[in-house]
Amino acid sequence: MEINKEDKKNIINKISEVLITMASKPSGFIGLAILIFHVILAISSPWFVPYDYKAINPSLMLQAPSADFWFGTDSLGRDVFTRTALGGRTALVVTFFGSLIALLWGGLLGIFCGLVGGKIDDVVMRIVDAFLSIPWILAMLLIVSLLGTTTEVLIPALGFFYGKGIVRVARAATHDVIAKDYILSAKARGHNNLSIIWNEILPNVRDAILVEGAMRWSWMLLGFSSLSFLGFGVSPPTPDWGLMISNARGLMSFAWWAVIAPIVGLSSLIIGINLTADAFAKALGIDRSTKAPV
Amino acid sequence: MQGNFGYSLSGQMPITEVLGPRVKNSLILASAAIIIGIPTALILGIITALWRDKFPDIIISTIAIFSMTIPEFISATLLILVVAIWLEWLPGIVIVSTDATFLELLPNIILPVIAIAMIMTAHMARMVRSSVIQVMASDYVQMAILKGVPYWKMVFKHVLPNALLPAINVVALTIAWLLGGVVVTEVVFNYPGLGRLVIESISNRDLPVVQALAIILASIYVSINLIADLMTLMLNPRLKSMQIRK
Repeated sequence: MEINKEDKKNIINKISEVLITMASKPSGFIGLAILIFHVILAISSPWFVPYDYKAINPSLMLQAPSADFWFGTDSLGRDVFTRTALGGRTALVVTFFGSLIALLWGGLLGIFCGLVGGKIDDVVMRIVDAFLSIPWILAMLLIVSLLGTTTEVLIPALGFFYGKGIVRVARAATHDVIAKDYILSAKARGHNNLSIIWNEILPNVRDAILVEGAMRWSWMLLGFSSLSFLGFGVSPPTPDWGLMISNARGLMSFAWWAVIAPIVGLSSLIIGINLTADAFAKALGIDRSTKAPV
Repeated sequence: MQGNFGYSLSGQMPITEVLGPRVKNSLILASAAIIIGIPTALILGIITALWRDKFPDIIISTIAIFSMTIPEFISATLLILVVAIWLEWLPGIVIVSTDATFLELLPNIILPVIAIAMIMTAHMARMVRSSVIQVMASDYVQMAILKGVPYWKMVFKHVLPNALLPAINVVALTIAWLLGGVVVTEVVFNYPGLGRLVIESISNRDLPVVQALAIILASIYVSINLIADLMTLMLNPRLKSMQIRK
């Protein structure tokens, strides 16, 4: 299917319309602002950080914040400001591409199941249900302890794991659409399944799936940072907020700055994504507040 | 095939013996959090729904959003930093043996319970709020207002029973989802429960224990959901008649 110029213009119009609706409410504006700030920070931080993130210097251990070290130094004498500024890069990249993968396979499988129905649908949904009954932390820990913690493993692993909830949402949305007259008329016109999915179903379930994907992103970030906190995420000396919090936690009573800086970084990013996702859902007219975080 | 969980690889003891005290400790933690969390969530949810978009709602909802979006390990770490290190009110980490009695656990357990209950309460209060708001806007509540039913009688007799029923299922799903959060919280507080066992056994590659844990955690999840389904069915006669008609 070829997207012609008219359609392209419509898509751009729709995106800007949604963005404007999101930014018109204070919570959405704050969320977007935080998110944009973090993205800019993640892109630009390698050029402006004052120190080397892995330079260990025992003589500068646990220095309090000063003019030289804005956020102090950690237990190995590394600059906390440098590490905090760099600490979101891995998390952002991994969870962003992870949620894209989750959206793709979860959305497609869900639409497929909703469309074909019958035995295939039953079997797939029971498998998804079975996966849902394993606590996310246990499943994630097993995956990373078996396959390792490199970025190439984490992205598909997180994407696979967080996609199963999207299957349910996409299937439910497809079910709502499938009984409508326009699907029937498309069938009567002799369109094949692929064309029905692309032209009739996808435009109608797109919003629900996108909102779900945005929420998954924030949960995935939570899961990813929990993994790094537990020591199963990115490996040191790569700066990562979860890992920094877990390392600095033991010396919190002497050096609170080493734990507060990554906490502020991680919390603000998660709050930013959450507010953005909420505003996004509201701008598309979907109420998420009655749903459980599965 | 023996029917039991077998032996742990690292400790060389039967897994049931490894698990027993851990299960008890986690149950104490979880039930304390649920006992505190559910009533608080109900009260806060109802307050925020009835005073929607007014002062109490804005304050409580903002706090709720913060405590549910911030990861467990961050709120737990902040709790330790403020309450245990700066104010020195309570012990920051749990330093008792795995088979400690309840009384030995007591002062240590307060902070972990607060950390878990806070997140749980926030999730549930938000659901109760939107559920109550939905019912308040329905026709029969408008009818009751027009009929002149006193406000509080209307709230307790007409709104709450109908609003809380759909919330049961969502609450169950939330509790089950929070199992993962409990793991992290137990690690932060060094609490000798199931969660820390998950981490320890995975780091040690102690697969028999991991298997046993997966079975236990999955069955907790399934049974919480089953109980919630049965409860909604029991409390909501409309669902029963729908089943028969089918």
